[in-house]
Formats: sequence, structure tokens, C-alpha cells
Amino acid sequence: MTALTLYDKLWESHVVRTESDGTTLLYVDRHFVHEVTSPQAYEGLKLAGRKPWRTDSIVATADHNTPTQHWDQGIADPTSRVQVDALDRNLREHGAKAYFPFRDARQGIVHVIGPENGATLPGMTVVCGDSHTSTHGAFGCLAFGIGTSEVEHVLATQCLLTAKSKAMSVSVEGALPFGCTAKDIALAVIGKIGIAGGTGHAIEFGGAAIRALSMEGRMTVCNMSIEAGARAGMVAVDETTISYLEGRPFAPKGELWKRAVEYWRTLRSDAGARFDRVITLDATSIAPQVTWGTSPEMVTTIEGRVPDPDREKDPLVREGIERALTYMGLEPNTAMMDIRIDKVFIGSCTNSRIEDLRAAAKIVSGRRKADNVKLALVVPGSGQVKRQAEREGLDRIFTAAGFEWREPGCSMCLGMNDDRLGPGERCASTSNRNFEGRQGPGGRTHLVSPAMAAAAAIAGHFVDVRRLG
Amino acid sequence: MQAFRVLTGLVAPLDRANVDTDTIIPKQFLKSINRSGFGPNLFDAWRYLDRGEPGTDSASRPLNPDFVLNQPRYKGAQILLARRNFGCGSSREHAPWALGDYGFRVLIAPSFADIFFNNCFKNGLLPVVLSTVEVDRLFHETEAFPGFKLTVDLERQMVATADGSLAYGFEVEPFRKHCLLHGLDEIGLTLTHADEIRAFEAKHLAAKPWLS
Repeated sequence: MTALTLYDKLWESHVVRTESDGTTLLYVDRHFVHEVTSPQAYEGLKLAGRKPWRTDSIVATADHNTPTQHWDQGIADPTSRVQVDALDRNLREHGAKAYFPFRDARQGIVHVIGPENGATLPGMTVVCGDSHTSTHGAFGCLAFGIGTSEVEHVLATQCLLTAKSKAMSVSVEGALPFGCTAKDIALAVIGKIGIAGGTGHAIEFGGAAIRALSMEGRMTVCNMSIEAGARAGMVAVDETTISYLEGRPFAPKGELWKRAVEYWRTLRSDAGARFDRVITLDATSIAPQVTWGTSPEMVTTIEGRVPDPDREKDPLVREGIERALTYMGLEPNTAMMDIRIDKVFIGSCTNSRIEDLRAAAKIVSGRRKADNVKLALVVPGSGQVKRQAEREGLDRIFTAAGFEWREPGCSMCLGMNDDRLGPGERCASTSNRNFEGRQGPGGRTHLVSPAMAAAAAIAGHFVDVRRLG
Repeated sequence: MQAFRVLTGLVAPLDRANVDTDTIIPKQFLKSINRSGFGPNLFDAWRYLDRGEPGTDSASRPLNPDFVLNQPRYKGAQILLARRNFGCGSSREHAPWALGDYGFRVLIAPSFADIFFNNCFKNGLLPVVLSTVEVDRLFHETEAFPGFKLTVDLERQMVATADGSLAYGFEVEPFRKHCLLHGLDEIGLTLTHADEIRAFEAKHLAAKPWLS
């Protein structure tokens, strides 16, 4: 029998039909829906006189536009409110397996609430009108972001018209050193292969360092697959996956659980399976990462320096560096540790889970944010993460250190609500994109791990978290 | 969907690699629940000198004279020439909506990001991949000759100048080509296979009952 990759197995078990050119009708098990990319899709359905195919595949929440404070006052921005209201209306009219609206106790970032409720299960095909859908691949499922026309297509047909990608293996061998996290793995991988390095591929992450990660860590790594250009990232199922899922609200129970687990254990690449591209990284050589530019591949270690464009030979790359440094307000050869910051954001679908908040709180505990840091924002990924953190007293650690403890949502990862950077403001952020204007027009984003963001908040500039202990 | 067969149009050059969808259409404009009206805010942060907000009249905003699309010679361009990895980042379909609404029908680059590439085909916008050398040459021609036009023929899979001095072939998946040539409604097309989907679904959910 042919040795199959995990991606082959997931793909083949969902093919409804394939055209002669490879275009495939792929069945979708789980459809996550949020307010930004769904209104036009529901509108399209309505105009064509169609109905959703299988509403119990849908799990929905409002996350991008929702404010992170003063929830009793509702949504002040009228355009944001229109979008959230449209989601309410569409979900009320058509129904779903679960809908966690604004202010619901289980509301949160779609890529946080899916897994924590057991709505993301191994072996599933998972889609959402959101590029960070790759996050769910951490559970040994095939998960990728789609556009709004495809959201409408999945609503109407329960299928996606797509073609198979190439398979890439990213193996991170050895043990991750003290002070380094899943985020540092993700940024180191992107630094190595570039933001288009995974284009046209589905990545399977493996190796000892990935196996040793918790589900939260694996989600962080898979989340940033899209930042390497890959639509999908995935990790094989193991005991970590299974023990995370047991007892979650939408996970199977009893006899069904046993049957499911038996199947889930087969969800890994066979020995000798062929990948189109293989990348290997030595985890022991990874150091805490900090981005310096306007794309996630513009990254170095905390011990590194801002690059000098004069040393770059490729003119297109050189212009890219020059433009990034101008936008970021940085001089070539500046030590990363000398860069002072104005704001800190701990949150986003990359790093807002309980483990992320614990890692940040551990650094913050007993310390205080630096005076030059105008705002240090902690935004839990969901209502459930928030309550768990509060039970552990993490909120009090943050507030005692001068941080703000907010309600869940996407928040300052992209600033569709009121949480934004002002022009020229520099931020240590645990989010996933440092594009121009991403966190607010003129805002300057440096991507880091939660521990590194917390350490920067305390010092007022980037510091090596390994020296803080 | 709007069909695409042949187009002869003015070419505008956007000489930057890795143009992301946050740049193509910034987040504040994603709050609209419509598919149209994004054109005035295409490349908003690069195109205007002030900060754009939804609902403001873009006609009265100060233009950035250094931004290439604001140069009079590129007014009315329908073909956008770009560099590698165009459309990276977010899955927002608002990006192709904005490009289309502005007036572009064809994008030419050495590579595109996957989700963006897909989204273009769903909106009558043709993304053409040419080699880096070919794209370099087109940048040179576009900048050297004001009024430089190209004819893009999807049926023949060719990009060419009127006099035929430059002619480059390109690849496109047959299914996408077929849908775009005829402006087909993909959902309608998929629903012609509804029985097959139902049969697959019944078997799939019976074998893995925890999925339903």
C-alpha cells in the first residue's frame, strides 16, 4: 500500500468528485462563521433563493468588531454595529450548531472558541472566511481560510471547489530552549522559508519540539502557517490531542468517543510518506524572536540587530528593507534590545489562550510596566479563557503591574474596534501580522511571544526574556 | 459573475513585492456589508495623504502625488502589473472587490498568494502569472512608454502588445478558465451534483457519526 501523508488522508476522505483537471469538490465538516466575511455570503444566498445545506456544521461568533471594554454600553461604532447585527439576523434566521453572540459567556475569537468547545475535531475539514483558520490544523484536521464567495459556496453546497496543494514537511527537531515558545518556532520557520515559502503547500509540522508542545502551542504554530504563505498547517494526532479534547462540550461521548479516538489515532503520516518539500529546523538553535519590519519574515533574534540594506544585493529586497525601515522609524544596525516601545498587546488568535496568559503573567508578576509604555493591553481569546485566568488570579497580576485587563475579541491585532495604535506608535505585539497600518494607520508592530511582550512592557524596550527568569 | 474573454487595456505598474491585502483595502473599510463601493478606498493609505474613514467622500480627500496610481498617465488603467506574492495575508475578498471596483480586470505578477488568487477568479478578475523576467520586461515597457497597453486573451492564454512585439503565454487551470470565460455561477454548477454530495454525506456521516 502507498504510504500516505496526513494531508493525503484528510484530503482523500473528503473528496466528493474530481474533475479531469484536478478541481475537486471537497466536503466540509465544520464551517466557522464571523461577522466580517459572512454578510455578503448570506445576502448572496438570499438573492439566489438558496438555503444553507447543513446548518449544524456552522459554529459562529462575533469577534473582529466587538469592543473590549464597556460591554454594558453595546457597540458604539455604528458601522461595526451594523455588521454584528447582520450576523445576529443571519444566524437567527438560518440557525447553527452553536452561535456565541457579542456578550455571550462563551463568545471569543473564532479560532479560540472552536477548539475550546470541542467543535474542532481531528479528521475534519474545517473552513472559515478567515486566513487564520489554519490554526485548527493543530488537531490533525484540514483547515484553511476561504473568501466570502467560498463562504457562500460552502453555505449553499457544504462543499468547496478546490485543488489539492503540495505537501510540505516542517520538522523541528530537538528540545526548545528555556525562554522560547511556539511563537518563536513559528517566526523562526517564517524567517527561514519566507512569507511565500509555503505558497501552494499544506504544511505538516512534526519533530520532537512540535510533539512536546501543548495544544495551545501547536495552535500558535499552525495559526502562523498562513504567514509563511501556506493555507493549511497541521500536526498529527497524539495523546496530547486526545486528552485535550476529552470532555469538551462538542466532543463525542461514551461509545462514540471510543470509536472516534480509534479513528483519530490513524491521523498521522505513514512511515515513508512522500512530501514535495522537506524543511528541518534545529529547535536547540532557536532564540526569542522579534520582527523589525513590515512582514513576518523580517525577523531576527533578540540578540540581533536591524539589518543594513546596503548589505543586500537583490534590489527588490533592498528596496523592501529600506521602505520597511522608513515606515518602522528604525536605523540600520540598531540593536533590537535598544528599541523602545509605546504600547504592548497581548492577545489575538495566535496568542490569547490560557497558556499564553500564564506565560505573560509569570514575567509580569511582582513587577510594573515601564512609564514610557502608555498602554499594555491584555485581551483574552474568549470568555472561557478570561474566566479561567481570573480563577487563577492572572488578571490581578496584570492590573497590579499597570496592564489593562479587557473583554475577549480580536482587538488590536487588526484594530477593527477601538483598540488601535496611533501614527508612529511602536508596539510589542503577540499577534501575527506586522503589515503597514495593520494595528492602526502609521502604527509600528513588532511581533513577539507573550513572554517577550510582557518583558518589553516591564523594561520599556525589548529585552531578552531568558535573562528575566 | 462577470465573464472575461479578451481585454485590451492600459497598464499601471505597482513596483513592490509582497503587497498584502491589508494594504489593498485597510480594515476600517471591511465593515461594509455590501460587495461594492470599495474602489475609492483601494490602497487607501498609499493613495491619500489623510486618514480614510468609511463614509467620507473620497473625491474631496488630498491625493498622494507620489503614489503611482495617482499619476495622470495611469488614469483608467485596467491591468495592474505587480511584483511577487501579490495579495498575501488576510483572506478578505474585499481586496479583489476593491481592485475590480476601481476598474482593474487583470493582474499580472510573478506570483500571487493562494487565497487571494482564488478570490480573484470568483469575481471576474483574472490573475496572470508570468515569469520574473517577463514581468521585469513589462515594468520596463510600462514605465518607458506612456499609454502602454496590453491585450489579455483568456481563451488563447496570451498577454501581448498590439503590434505583437511582445507576446507571453500563461497557464490557467481549465476549470477556472471555463468558469471565467462563461461567467458561470459556481454554486449553480456545484448544485448540479447535489445527489452526489448527498450520497457522499450520508456515507461519511454514517461512518463518522460524531461529525453530525
